[in-house]
Amino acid sequence: MSQACPPTACESCSAARGTLEKLGLRLEKWNHVVALAGNPNTGKSTVFNRLTGLRQHTGNWPGKTIARAEGGFAYNGRRFKLVDLPGTYSLRSASPDETVAREFILFGKPDVTVVVVDATCLERNLNLALQILQITERVVVCLNLMDEARANNLVVDPRGLAADLGVPVVPCAARGGEGMEQLLAEIDAVATGAFRPRPYRLRLDVPGLREAVDDIVGRLRAAFPDIAHAEWVALRLLEGDRAVADRVARGEIGRLAPDHAATAGTEPAAAPIGGGLR
Amino acid sequence: MSEAHDIVRAAEEMRWRLPRNYQDRLTEAIYAEAARIAEKSVARRGTSRRLDLQVRLDRLLTGPWTGLPIIALCFAVVLWLTISGANVPSAMLADLLMGQVYPWLRELAFAGLWPWLAGLLVDGMYLATAWVISVMLPPMAIFFPLFTLLEDLGYLPRVAFNLDRLFHRVGAHGKQALTMAMGYGCNAAGVIAARVIDSPRERLIAIVTNNFALCNGRWPTQILIASIFLGALAPAALAGVAATAAVFGIAVLGFGLSLLSSWVLSRTVLRGEASTFSLELPPYRPPNILRTLYTSLIDRTLFVLWRAVVFALPAGALIWLVGNVSIADRTVASWAVGGLDPLAWFLGLNGVILLAYIIAIPANEIIIPTVLMLTVLVTGNTELGAGAGVMFEAEDDGVRRILTEGGWTALTGLCLMLFSLCHNPCSTTIYTIYKETRSWKWTALATGMPLVVGFVLCAAVAAVWRWVA
Repeated sequence: MSQACPPTACESCSAARGTLEKLGLRLEKWNHVVALAGNPNTGKSTVFNRLTGLRQHTGNWPGKTIARAEGGFAYNGRRFKLVDLPGTYSLRSASPDETVAREFILFGKPDVTVVVVDATCLERNLNLALQILQITERVVVCLNLMDEARANNLVVDPRGLAADLGVPVVPCAARGGEGMEQLLAEIDAVATGAFRPRPYRLRLDVPGLREAVDDIVGRLRAAFPDIAHAEWVALRLLEGDRAVADRVARGEIGRLAPDHAATAGTEPAAAPIGGGLR
Repeated sequence: MSEAHDIVRAAEEMRWRLPRNYQDRLTEAIYAEAARIAEKSVARRGTSRRLDLQVRLDRLLTGPWTGLPIIALCFAVVLWLTISGANVPSAMLADLLMGQVYPWLRELAFAGLWPWLAGLLVDGMYLATAWVISVMLPPMAIFFPLFTLLEDLGYLPRVAFNLDRLFHRVGAHGKQALTMAMGYGCNAAGVIAARVIDSPRERLIAIVTNNFALCNGRWPTQILIASIFLGALAPAALAGVAATAAVFGIAVLGFGLSLLSSWVLSRTVLRGEASTFSLELPPYRPPNILRTLYTSLIDRTLFVLWRAVVFALPAGALIWLVGNVSIADRTVASWAVGGLDPLAWFLGLNGVILLAYIIAIPANEIIIPTVLMLTVLVTGNTELGAGAGVMFEAEDDGVRRILTEGGWTALTGLCLMLFSLCHNPCSTTIYTIYKETRSWKWTALATGMPLVVGFVLCAAVAAVWRWVA
């Protein structure tokens, strides 16, 4: 089985390899921000540790990472800030840990979002990947746990997947370090703009929806000139999402709540939960 | 921001003109696409023996009749390994730090410094720290790696799965089993881990009741006291098993109390139904043993030990001060102990223990050293050595001698174990609870409730014990 995938096949050939320098917590200056997203328990923290040289706790259960962790690495002379996010099944979930992930993907303005997917249960993992592709094009898919897929006699085709999704797909087994080289090359290519993914997007063929979304987006842009993902916000408003509506009404939409938890030993802060209860 | 309000209102209006449930249609479209793409790119080559094995293992580990006994067994085995494995290295460390280094350091300090400063530094700060290290390090170095191995294997979600029915019945969230499991390491971590629970009501229940999961600062207390007072009640050959059974009993009691208090909370101040949730059972993954050892030793064990040492240093100084500063011919410690004694007697404890729990609010880790040092200072037991110098006889036998001379009985041991399970969380946890809930009310409840439970339990046990004896 070929390990390479088409979008940046030339760069992924072993002739032109970059060098990785693990920077750990040295995060003073960076050129690009990379977010690690994905379903729970797909190995995001393992990829994070591999690239940064840090030892973020990992564990074989969904929900191990509850706050985002940050680390750094340098590749080919460019410095990257890598943000490990809690696992999430979708961008619409409500639990505090999953909100951390969603908020960062939407409003943390990452240059590249690496979606870590579990090769052994691709269908469920692709739900999140497709949702992320709806809102950002700068995506690299890390097809992780290939070792387990092989052990389970599953044959996964990264090339076909890359063609279907329109973004680079890198087969990996992060626990053993397999595929990390190529993942770095793809992250670098997408971050620098050397490669522009053309993600697969579902069309919103609901009568009247397009116009409504455009209308709201126009109003949002007028009220909040630097709003990110106005379309996503508009869709949430049209769905009647109370949390998003409240934040728009308070003028706080798009502002990332501070949550530097596991980083550098500072203590995490989550959304307060006492207030809403009587 | 009236402009923003207008946008929200406009969206609300438009919403009614859109087809109903269009968002479900979008979600469905995404699911269908995911299925289509996955179908195209994945092929199965024959059957997998590994999957068969996983299914069979799951049938055993999550079976209705086998699941809970296996959890209890795993827990008991981990405890037994910890208790029987920690004794020897604990004694060796104590011998080194207190038998060898302490006298040498003491001589050095008293020769070169003012006596009060030498006492404060060596008899206070050094001794407390040495105690913390020899009491804490060995059990943690065994317990944490074993726990991490189970975690890496993928057993934790199965535990949550098995316990879900119990938690559901008391109106709590099934993932509370996960937050409790984290609490067995550290309650502050357990409180933060409650973020995996969506519903604010159930998250609060998980936070408020997390203290009933014995944290690593309390395991050594349980193990030491169980070995000295309850293991000794059994014949020598079975002492280890008896001590394990006692600690296991306390841990199970903690679990029961956490269910009970969840039930009470969900019937009173946090009324509501338990919500449903989906929990993924990940595949079993063979743990990478070397890496597990490394991370759990370096990250967890040393991290926790460091915290204990940081708290032990000032606490040691404080203990020395209350033991040596006198007001009207009596030391502060003896005033305080004397004042607390009547209440403590009622609880089956003694004034020293209560004073130790006040001094050791910052960290449960330093309870045992504090108790020992206070006992020696208050009883002023000069037969055993020069003042605090007694501490170098530090094996279990030495501890037993210090405590029994301080008037301890098996009842004191048992009540201390109960009180160690049920008392206010350490200050770090209290602060974390406040940060997570942003409410003094819930923080106060989480702090006060275990204390009340502990008082009631200890008083009841002491009354029954005295009535029977």
